Amino acid sequence: MKALRQYLDRIKPNFEKGGKLHAFQSIFDGLETFLFVPNTTSKVGTHIHDSIDSKRIMSMVVIAALPALLFGMYNVGYQNYLLAGKLAEASFFNVFFFGFLAVIPKVLVSYIIGLGIEFAWAQWKHEEIQEGFLVTGILIPLIIPVNCPLWILAIAVAFSVIICKEIFGGTGMNIFNPALCARAFLFFSYPSKMTGDSVWVATNSILGFGNDLPDGFTAATPLGEIGVGADVPYTVTDMITGFIPGSIGETSVIAIAIGAIILLWTGIASWRTMGSVFAGGIITAVIFNLLDMTPISWYEHIVLGGFCFGAVFMATDPVTSARTSFGQYVYGALIGAMAIIIRVMNPGYPEGMMLAILFANMLAPLIDYCVVQTNINKRMKRLTQNNK
Amino acid sequence: MANVIKLRKGYNIHLKGKAAETKRSVGQSAEYMLCPDTFVGVIPKLLVHEGDHVDAGEALFVDKRYPEVRFASPVSGTVCNVVRGDRRKILGIKIKADKEQQFYDFGKKDAASLLGEEVKSALLEAGLFGYIYQLPYAVSASPQQKPKAIFVSALRDMPLAGNFEFELQGNETDFQTGLTALSKIAKTYLGVGKSQNSDALLKAQDVEITIFDGPCPAGNVGVQVNHLLPVNKGETVWTVDPTFVLFFGRLFNTGKVNLKRTIAIGGSAISTPEYVEALIGTPFADILKDAFKRQEGIRLINGNPLTGIKSSLEDSVGVKTSEITAIPEGDHADEMLGWILPRTNQLSTSHSYFSWLLGKKEYDLDARIKGGERHIIMSGEYDKVLPMDIYGEFLIKAIIAGDIDKMEQLGIYEVSPEDFAVAEFVDSSKLELQRIVREGLDMLRKENA
Repeated sequence: MKALRQYLDRIKPNFEKGGKLHAFQSIFDGLETFLFVPNTTSKVGTHIHDSIDSKRIMSMVVIAALPALLFGMYNVGYQNYLLAGKLAEASFFNVFFFGFLAVIPKVLVSYIIGLGIEFAWAQWKHEEIQEGFLVTGILIPLIIPVNCPLWILAIAVAFSVIICKEIFGGTGMNIFNPALCARAFLFFSYPSKMTGDSVWVATNSILGFGNDLPDGFTAATPLGEIGVGADVPYTVTDMITGFIPGSIGETSVIAIAIGAIILLWTGIASWRTMGSVFAGGIITAVIFNLLDMTPISWYEHIVLGGFCFGAVFMATDPVTSARTSFGQYVYGALIGAMAIIIRVMNPGYPEGMMLAILFANMLAPLIDYCVVQTNINKRMKRLTQNNK
Repeated sequence: MANVIKLRKGYNIHLKGKAAETKRSVGQSAEYMLCPDTFVGVIPKLLVHEGDHVDAGEALFVDKRYPEVRFASPVSGTVCNVVRGDRRKILGIKIKADKEQQFYDFGKKDAASLLGEEVKSALLEAGLFGYIYQLPYAVSASPQQKPKAIFVSALRDMPLAGNFEFELQGNETDFQTGLTALSKIAKTYLGVGKSQNSDALLKAQDVEITIFDGPCPAGNVGVQVNHLLPVNKGETVWTVDPTFVLFFGRLFNTGKVNLKRTIAIGGSAISTPEYVEALIGTPFADILKDAFKRQEGIRLINGNPLTGIKSSLEDSVGVKTSEITAIPEGDHADEMLGWILPRTNQLSTSHSYFSWLLGKKEYDLDARIKGGERHIIMSGEYDKVLPMDIYGEFLIKAIIAGDIDKMEQLGIYEVSPEDFAVAEFVDSSKLELQRIVREGLDMLRKENA
């Protein structure tokens, strides 16, 4: 540890102003602060500080997303072997490793493109590297179908980092959730790669693992099947454990629940937002059930599709969600209700979570404005009463 | 039965090196220094020159804007040096103390029989009026405005803060006289902590007593004002530190200005944390002789670690010095992989650490910021530790944006920088909230002047 510190101290002058590697200062600074807690001490204000910082917060979210990622990898393999009819003879390792090989390039592309842009941007602006993309970078691969081509993914990541985040001022200033922006970009620009019944299962073997599936196979998501009026061929247990086709990380309610526990335990996600998304979704689904407008029951609506994943990882993004406590209830309920309404009432889209969250992102400042305005009105009222 | 207000928001920070309740007296120092900067908002205009002789209580300088506000010398002696900084700013007035102290006699007065105006002019004459602060702006009070009420908080609940009850022992009469005097000017409220039980506080006369039951910053007078009588635009309330109430009481009881105060010396870098009795203006070097555990890598703070000012042994006891604390500087801590390791020796409000399971464990924290400055990312962090009816995060954003209308609407007149001290501690974005609030207040003060 000491040797590493001394090494860093020795090469540090190269990156400082006037040094020959000054163009990479942000990268050096980013790496140094990841290895060592910065030794900078306070100059004004409080002399002691809480040990929490944005690196720790983002790392916790990444850890929370890992169960969904790992299960997603296994499920990619599982679906491939299942469709090929070879599930019985495949070992756990074979199934998982195929999924790993299919998913890891997406994670790498997402991080390399996204972090590359972030590093370059930070250097250009002479700022410290912001950690927000650590989370976005793992969430994007989790919300796309496994067959999404890497080059399309790369464009989507670049779009989301530049257009949806950095031009607003970076992490903390963006209006829309960057991961969902990437997905929305894909969804509207390359619909054939994002929806339908042939994108959800990996079709080609990789390095001898997995199976080549014949052309013309179909495996729609349960919501896709419902959308076209077909019966869902899965049990509720399948839906909860996650052995169904879908975006890589969204299928397993159990894996997402582990993430939810981590996020709520550490207090990083707002329980108000998360709880009210579920409450809003359940109430709306129950109403549709009572009106007989949807063929599946309310709990199937909750466990299917991206509802849980969106509620746990997307809606709770503190930057794009409502920031007042009361506002978070409204914001969450709006997402839950909107997602189910889109699913049931819009014939075009079988899934509504992404659009619901982006819609609520747009309204979050308005919700906060109304909540804060009540406080302002109270103060104004006190003033006028006093002046009478 | 006093009114009890229960506060849920806030956070108590327990640090190592809390002062033991034993008192040591610091003998007379050779030189004393009064720093005008410790009176926030005052622009000093000197009344004395080098070589002049003053008695204890005679004015050294006045406020340029309100020349009737005089500032008393803590000792009798000869003005030996006026320390100046950039653009000849007066940093301090040094007085070489007489061997035999002479007190200027302002005459004993019976506070109970005085009128409000008489109390005010007595304080102005004795150079003590400037010790009264005001809301809005959290600056030394203007004598031209009539306050709606006066607030005194006897609770000091910042980490390592001096216990006022300990200072009060033996000074009960002066405290009561001071309160009585203040109550003549305007209705006076005394805020007391739940754990405080001395009779001088709970049975104080001429004031309305409120008990505040809650974590830090429940002791902040600004927080108490917000719950009792929030400040509206155009109104003024005065706030008085309980130690200054003792000064006022002494003035009326003895006719003299006696600026002796009790100061807690604490922090993990102090070898024997205890209380000392010293005059305002006493050099730190005399108080802290052999006080440190080690000589290198120490952050000396004039005040407590949340609201105090970084200082050195050349500084002297200021107006707000109810404690002097010393913690490790920590600039060579070289802690690895802070973003993932458990770090059980670190204090955090976040549950991604374990300190919340360890109850009242005392921590040895250093002066590191422990992270880089970011935009505000997490929501509700400030509001969890700001027990006021104010949206702290939105107010901070309005100040950063320089939006004066919004600041007013969001209640900037009700806050002082110290109310955001705990929020600054917990902030994961590592913003300098107290500096931001001070800048906002200064902006508005200038705008409304």
